[in-house]
Amino acid sequence: MIPFLAQADAETPAMVAKLAYLWPEITLFITTCVVMVLGLSPNRAFRKSCAAVSVLGLGVAFVLALFTKTPEYSLLPGLMAYAKPLIAAVGVLLILMLTGTVDQGFERAIKQGAKWDPLRSTRGEFYAFALFSLTGLMLCATADDLIWLFLALELTSLPTYVMVSISSSRTRAQEAGIKYFFLGALGAAMFLYGFALLYGATGTTQLWAGSAGPGIAEILATRILETGSIGSIATVGLVLAMVGVSFKIAAVPMHFYTPDVYEGASSSVAAFLAFVPKAAGFITLILLASVVGWGFGGETNQPLASGGTLPEPIRVMLWVVAALTMTVGNVMALLQSSVKRILAYSSVAHSGYMLVGVIVGPGSPGDIPSNGIGAALFYLLCYGFMNLGAFGALACLERMSGEEIESVDDLKGMCATYPWIGWPLVLCSLSLLGLPPLLGFAGKVALFSSAIWAQEIVLVVVMGINSAIAAYYYLRIAGAAVLEEPGEVQRSLVRTASFGRIAATVVSGASVIVLFFASDALIQRSADAGAYRPSPAPTQLRSGESAATQFPLRPENSQGVTPPSRPQN
Amino acid sequence: MESSLLIWLMAVPLATTGAIVFAPERMAKVLATFGSMVGVLLGLIAAGRFDWADGAAYQFTSSFPLIESLGINLSFGVDSIALWLVLLTQLLQPLCVIGSFSAITERVRTYYAWLMALQAAMIGVFVARDLLFFYISFEFTLVPMYVLISLYGSTNRRKAATKFFLYTFTGSMIALAGLVYVVWFTAQTTGEWTFAIETLEQQARTMGRSQQAWVLLAMLAGFAVKVPIFPLHTWLPLAHTEAPTAGSVILAGVLLKLGTYAIWRFVLPFVPAAVNEYAPIIAGVCIVGILYGGLVCWVQRDVKKLVAYSSVAHLGFCMLGMFALNNVGAAGSVLYMINHGLSTGALFFCIGFMYERYHTRSLDEVGGLASKMPVWSFFMGFFTMASVGLPGLNGFVSEIMCLMGAFQSGAADIGAGGTTGPLGPWYAAIAGTGMIVAAMYLLFMVGKIVFGPLREPAGHHEHDVLPTDLNAREIGVLSVLAAGCIVLGVYPRMVIHNIEAPIEQTLSVVSMAASGDDPASTLATTGGPVLLAGRDAE
Repeated sequence: MIPFLAQADAETPAMVAKLAYLWPEITLFITTCVVMVLGLSPNRAFRKSCAAVSVLGLGVAFVLALFTKTPEYSLLPGLMAYAKPLIAAVGVLLILMLTGTVDQGFERAIKQGAKWDPLRSTRGEFYAFALFSLTGLMLCATADDLIWLFLALELTSLPTYVMVSISSSRTRAQEAGIKYFFLGALGAAMFLYGFALLYGATGTTQLWAGSAGPGIAEILATRILETGSIGSIATVGLVLAMVGVSFKIAAVPMHFYTPDVYEGASSSVAAFLAFVPKAAGFITLILLASVVGWGFGGETNQPLASGGTLPEPIRVMLWVVAALTMTVGNVMALLQSSVKRILAYSSVAHSGYMLVGVIVGPGSPGDIPSNGIGAALFYLLCYGFMNLGAFGALACLERMSGEEIESVDDLKGMCATYPWIGWPLVLCSLSLLGLPPLLGFAGKVALFSSAIWAQEIVLVVVMGINSAIAAYYYLRIAGAAVLEEPGEVQRSLVRTASFGRIAATVVSGASVIVLFFASDALIQRSADAGAYRPSPAPTQLRSGESAATQFPLRPENSQGVTPPSRPQN
Repeated sequence: MESSLLIWLMAVPLATTGAIVFAPERMAKVLATFGSMVGVLLGLIAAGRFDWADGAAYQFTSSFPLIESLGINLSFGVDSIALWLVLLTQLLQPLCVIGSFSAITERVRTYYAWLMALQAAMIGVFVARDLLFFYISFEFTLVPMYVLISLYGSTNRRKAATKFFLYTFTGSMIALAGLVYVVWFTAQTTGEWTFAIETLEQQARTMGRSQQAWVLLAMLAGFAVKVPIFPLHTWLPLAHTEAPTAGSVILAGVLLKLGTYAIWRFVLPFVPAAVNEYAPIIAGVCIVGILYGGLVCWVQRDVKKLVAYSSVAHLGFCMLGMFALNNVGAAGSVLYMINHGLSTGALFFCIGFMYERYHTRSLDEVGGLASKMPVWSFFMGFFTMASVGLPGLNGFVSEIMCLMGAFQSGAADIGAGGTTGPLGPWYAAIAGTGMIVAAMYLLFMVGKIVFGPLREPAGHHEHDVLPTDLNAREIGVLSVLAAGCIVLGVYPRMVIHNIEAPIEQTLSVVSMAASGDDPASTLATTGGPVLLAGRDAE
């Protein structure tokens, strides 16, 4: 039976039924396999086609993502339909950006008569790893289970460790890769521990009710109904998981790796790192937050669709993390002289802005300006494009010696010497700064609106002040590119051979203007994605009855699910 | 045609910008002149078609959705106050373009392109009927000005431009928070998330006292920096000194008015209760600004900086009149916006023309130019008089009205239709000394630079071209402004008469809030829809 064609019914095993949502991922996986083989081909034309095949695969995945059906029951029913096309679209630009990163020297040597040696080529792996990472990111958006979520997160991250190391022949890249790997492992250990505690507290790995009975969301809702709180183990589990995930989004206190790793990796890979693991982290964070829900209330203490806040310990933790992340990111960026480090810290700061949306929560249903999740997801999109353009512009130029450009001074007069690279950089940095009428401004207004709706006035003020701090260093970048005269050094910079990078940069630069005027539709879609449908908690729990019977989602499940044992707190 | 008039006002400068970018470098001047002239024409058409009898009503309205899901529209509309400021902008623009012909010789295309983009943004501020459209225009003015200062300014330009940008950007980010808060509050009562100013005006005033105070603070953070109100003025002298001539003219002429206009348009009607409560404090700060600005002027050796600080003092008068919260003061304040734009703008032109000849602005190096450049000296003296407030010229009328407003403010009965305010004679008396200080420093400046023995910077004779008096182009630019000063000096009713209706409407809201009347009845009398179910009664 082909799951894509047939409606899943009670007889379909749960895993097979899930395949129906996974067509984009399956496509990407197939593409990955093809690319890996192509990269090892002795034929130069075949090897060269790796990027094209990857883009093609992502294109197909994009179309499939638009049409793939979504599960009928989920806490965030619209998330998948929004995240996957976004991932595929940004993914196309990222792959274009990655072209020409590896194997340049080796290919030159072959042209001059060197022998083809599959052992020395990394091209196939490089694209394959990028695609793997994107697949993992999509899987995060599909996740409905803790184990799935963990695997998806690791699938997103593991390839990036390797990508950092092979992106450049310098030792710094090796160092960055190692650093990234060890800190990444620390983060992974933390959220895995958190997941384990969550499992311990609830007895299930399902995020919400599914084939195996009630999920964590329902059990926690029941717990609230019975005892008034979700319990300390679940709280500690969630906090640990969120802190661990903050490694992926580069939030304080797990942000320390960011500048070193971004600086060590080539600019194109840094652009990849700044979007893909971050998006995975945010999707995970939103899923985790939605499991515990934004408040309970009403006569029967039901999970609220609007008007509440996250449980206090978690809210406070995220609040502090958000405020610190914005401030540390921006202040540290002020002190840098290397563009890549500035952009690295700025990406830390932007995580702080997006966290505000997660704290705010879904707002009231149907009310788009109040939807913080929608705002965060919309900002993720804005961030994806503008950050890509900024890193892309750096990736497009190099010194005669083949080294990357580093300092702000290198950007002087870029608009005069290379207008097609300079102007996107200027547009993107002004958009990151949040200047109207550019995309970043729309994102900021959406975040402001939702935060004020939720009465997080202090956070809004912190955000406003931080935007102002950020103005200084973004102006430095934009000012150097537009206003300064290019000197000897700057004139001697050359364009990299990769056409894809320039294309990706120009597209990103154009999109920060174009998408601003199309932001209405995007905000609507992101608000759909952020629409929260809380699990119905049982109105009353008769003694002796487990929560499982209250959620007869698949009553005729032939496999006979054992209801989870009541966890002992 | 009528309803699209305002769109054309914005579209023409934008189209000119586009044309300049793609046209060859030598065409830039011509295109900019042509575009700004078309703008003047459109401004005159707008003035002709505007129904002045109904000045309080917003006319030429039109609206297009921008981001519907967040309630953001591109809504246009002007009342008589906004239209006057639009006309001021339109008038100054061709003068700035023509006045820069000789000053700008490098990167000409970039210069005129940004100058025209700046005009579009400034018009956008005045014609916006949507809060976010207003904000977008308000913020966007920063970019052209930043570029103009940092590319075409004098030695310290980058620092000045950066300071200008950061000051105003920081302020307006906080203002944005306050404005969105107002939108949120409105959404609580009407159930609709909208940035339409009309709706917000009616709802915002029902906010509680402390809410109003916080919103007032947030809005002032953004707008008072732009005005600038002491002690937030520190960016201004630097920016003015370093900016190119036309940049200074636009900065003094229009950009500062964006702040005062925003305070008039948003602060007063949105948070009337808080305005009443804090008007004495704000007025006090304004008076400090008047005196401080004046005294700082007195010791300046840099003539451009002197005029820049005089702006701080002048706009102190303007804000004092506004926060007198009565008809005389407010009318004087609005008139002041226009007058200051004319006379201070003209002074910056004069100084710019001199700078082009002598390459110095120091009072120590140049002086006694009356014998060398009589025409220039005439204009310099003339505009100084206008700025000092010589009766018969424009500055006098508005300054005296602002002081009268402050004086009468608080009086029990000041005649039919008048509204009282929270200030009193003492405010006017102390501010009045500012007029004396102004006379001192401006006359001191004129005395040094125009009269006395001729002093020219050492070595300037080595230049190929010896300084000569103003040419026809420069005389033309200054004559237009001089004519404006005289007309508004002898016949200020032309403006005052037209802006009475909108002033009365805004002030009635403020005075109702002061007397503690039910705002709902205010709405009933001003004809606004009553949508106040469940409002937060104070």
